Amino acid sequence: MLRYLMMTATAATMLTTAASAESLRYATSRDVYGLDPHASSDSFTNIFTHHIYEPLVRYDADMKIEPALATSWEVLEPTRVRFKLREGVTFQGGEAFGADDVQVSLMRAVDPKSPLRGNLPGLTAVEIVDDLTVDLILDGATPLLNNYLTNIQIMDKGWLEAHNSVAPIDASQGEEGYTTNNANGTGPFALESRRPDALNVLVVNEGWWDTPQHNLTRIEHTPIGSDATRVAALLSGEIDLIEPAPLQDAGRIEGTDGVHMLQNPGLRSIMMGINMGESLVDGNVEGNPLKDVRVRQAMYHAINMDLIRDRIMRGKSRVTGSLIAPAVKGFSEEMDERLPYDPEMAKSLLAEAGYPDGFAFNLNCPNDRYVNDGDICQAMAAMLAQSGFEPRLVTEPRQIHFKKVDNHEVDVFMLGWATLPMLDGFSVLSAMLATKDGEYGTFTPNGYSNPKVDELTRAVAVEIDEEKRLALMEEALMLAKADVAWLPLHQQPLSWAARDTVEIPQAPDDLVRLWYATVTN
Amino acid sequence: MLGFLIRRIIQSIFVMLTVALIAFMMFRFMGDPVNSLVAENATTEERDAVRERLGLDQPIWVQYGRFVARASTGDFGLSWRNARPVSTLLSERFPATAELVLVAAGLSLLIGIPLGILTALRPSSLSAQSLQLLSLIGISLPTFVTGILLILIFSVWLGWLPSFGRGTVIDIGWWSTGFLTVSGLKALILPSFMLCLFQLTLIMRLVRAEMMEVLRTDYIKFAKARGLTNRSINFRHALKNTLIPVITIFGLQLGGLIAFAIVTETVFQWPGMGALFIQAVSFGDVPVMAAYLVLVSLIFVIINTTVDLLYAVLDPRLRVDGTKSAH
Repeated sequence: MLRYLMMTATAATMLTTAASAESLRYATSRDVYGLDPHASSDSFTNIFTHHIYEPLVRYDADMKIEPALATSWEVLEPTRVRFKLREGVTFQGGEAFGADDVQVSLMRAVDPKSPLRGNLPGLTAVEIVDDLTVDLILDGATPLLNNYLTNIQIMDKGWLEAHNSVAPIDASQGEEGYTTNNANGTGPFALESRRPDALNVLVVNEGWWDTPQHNLTRIEHTPIGSDATRVAALLSGEIDLIEPAPLQDAGRIEGTDGVHMLQNPGLRSIMMGINMGESLVDGNVEGNPLKDVRVRQAMYHAINMDLIRDRIMRGKSRVTGSLIAPAVKGFSEEMDERLPYDPEMAKSLLAEAGYPDGFAFNLNCPNDRYVNDGDICQAMAAMLAQSGFEPRLVTEPRQIHFKKVDNHEVDVFMLGWATLPMLDGFSVLSAMLATKDGEYGTFTPNGYSNPKVDELTRAVAVEIDEEKRLALMEEALMLAKADVAWLPLHQQPLSWAARDTVEIPQAPDDLVRLWYATVTN
Repeated sequence: MLGFLIRRIIQSIFVMLTVALIAFMMFRFMGDPVNSLVAENATTEERDAVRERLGLDQPIWVQYGRFVARASTGDFGLSWRNARPVSTLLSERFPATAELVLVAAGLSLLIGIPLGILTALRPSSLSAQSLQLLSLIGISLPTFVTGILLILIFSVWLGWLPSFGRGTVIDIGWWSTGFLTVSGLKALILPSFMLCLFQLTLIMRLVRAEMMEVLRTDYIKFAKARGLTNRSINFRHALKNTLIPVITIFGLQLGGLIAFAIVTETVFQWPGMGALFIQAVSFGDVPVMAAYLVLVSLIFVIINTTVDLLYAVLDPRLRVDGTKSAH
């Protein structure tokens, strides 16, 4: 009798585990800002809503662009691109997907009040050709159109109208948007419930048009802000997947049975920007020695990135001489080569430039933005000092750091760039190397201007021929490299951790795509 | 009494206005919220447009004036982080913080007072000595260390209690409660213990010191001479007289509990107001920060007023004085 009871009990346990096996409990460091896919340009929020809503084209598990809600596209003229839409797709609310949904969604995303506007530059109108065909009208040739479109998710027109939400949400005034807490997409998962900052539950969308590569039936997403608690929740079995997993806990996670780390070099390149303006912000000499390329080279030679990788990044970073990661278009092996670590060389270059005794300058870093950012700068300050520089190190929270960067109140400063969402070297050219002018040069270091780079950047912007475009891009990036416009450091590692039952590809853009995840027993 | 209350209300308005003013003056040093609002690759023009829309290009006193004008009509605006009304966010989070603080405060009294009495009555016993030692540890360990230790022991090693969150909550109107489910109650144990630990030890030590003081006074000696039972002396006469300073400290500390809840809520991912505030700080979400600070200052004023009123209940002498001079 007892044995029978025990067997039933075992069977019952097995049944319950089997039933919950495909449920994935997932924790991240913070919650999504909301469920409206057009209300924020935050990449974490956008990838989360991507589980519910879909774009016209999407990245596959290898970061190649593939058809999603559009099946094919054709450039009719440089300013008119025709998209054929997928037939037989329905929204989770039951409405059929069609051209009017695309029109409303894209125009909603590029509305002057939309924070997503900058992610789809150049779109002026969407013309409906028939129910399943649209023309995107652009203000110029846009070679990266599909890259941009991966980030713009499609909503249902009727649903938006019914809930008075066709206009984008504007946080500066007015009322709470219906779309902030409700969702109705075409994607692999549907929203079951949401408790902000506590729990978001997604369930599988049985009516999804695509063949699922995942085997999940349910996703429970919990934000856990404290690193220690997030790791503890994984170790105690309350959570199956965490992102990010703090680097300092990697050893502990690897040493625990049943869980493992997922670590790969990511897309985000960390680099130091250099003030090349007329004077230093916090210096002790006349003028600005950093304008001299020899001084910048000396700084480059003074930094031992291998040591920083081994000691601070626990061997997990990818030391680089390039401003873009290998997975980003425009990268080349040649670009990746660094000036060697050579403190003697640094000293002699510094002397050659007329500063044998060095000079003081401000070295400004965030301490809560990139992986081990504050520690890297501390090490770098010591290395620079050994070669005769006098860096005055300041590490600050990101809000303050980037405010100073915007206002050019820094001499040497840390910045990370992942080229997201376009995943293309053009992002670096236009935002960080071109001379500041309108939409160009938002982050270009103060005083840096190379007319040849500017010319090439503008040519890359409109070159439709992919091969030519890549060649132009490479040329521009190599010119900037010779100028030491930025001082590249490394690509920081991605760091996730999961239970051994979870299989998930780790894309270099650090975004968790659970529609590629499988859970086994 | 009425005059006292009216004066307190006027004072509290001034306190809130001042807190908001100081808050707005400090927001300037917090960095630029625009960076969290725009895409990483946003151009300078896009950044300026956002700045202008949110009124961030205006001088501080204009921003402050707008906030006060809107707040006086009960409108705290929308959170910049998630575009939801600040009043909704705060009322959504208030139950979580209130339940946590309530349980922590209750625990600190229910455990602290008896332990204090015990150590006062038998100061040289082994249990009293070891309690004293333990309380020293409780008072000197930083709370987040205690919290992480608790998680390590009870969640990771023993697997008895959850390491984060509120468990399953049940909505009663706008109030979400964790009191009605097993997982909700289990989730309360670690955070409330972490939160109350400091106050518990404080109350225990305070009760002990006060009680030993009182036990030496003449009226206790007379009571003993009258042949009253120990029980009656200790609990009816001595304890009552030790409670006045305890209530003062408890009241002041209750505000502290709400403030310390920020740390506890962060460690345990407790979805309360403190966690909301921390997120607002890291995002630069001015509307939420301003409203939270004003609300907390209001709570402090209410607590202090209540404590003042409680004195009168406990101490008959204050009651007589109070009615004569309207305090």
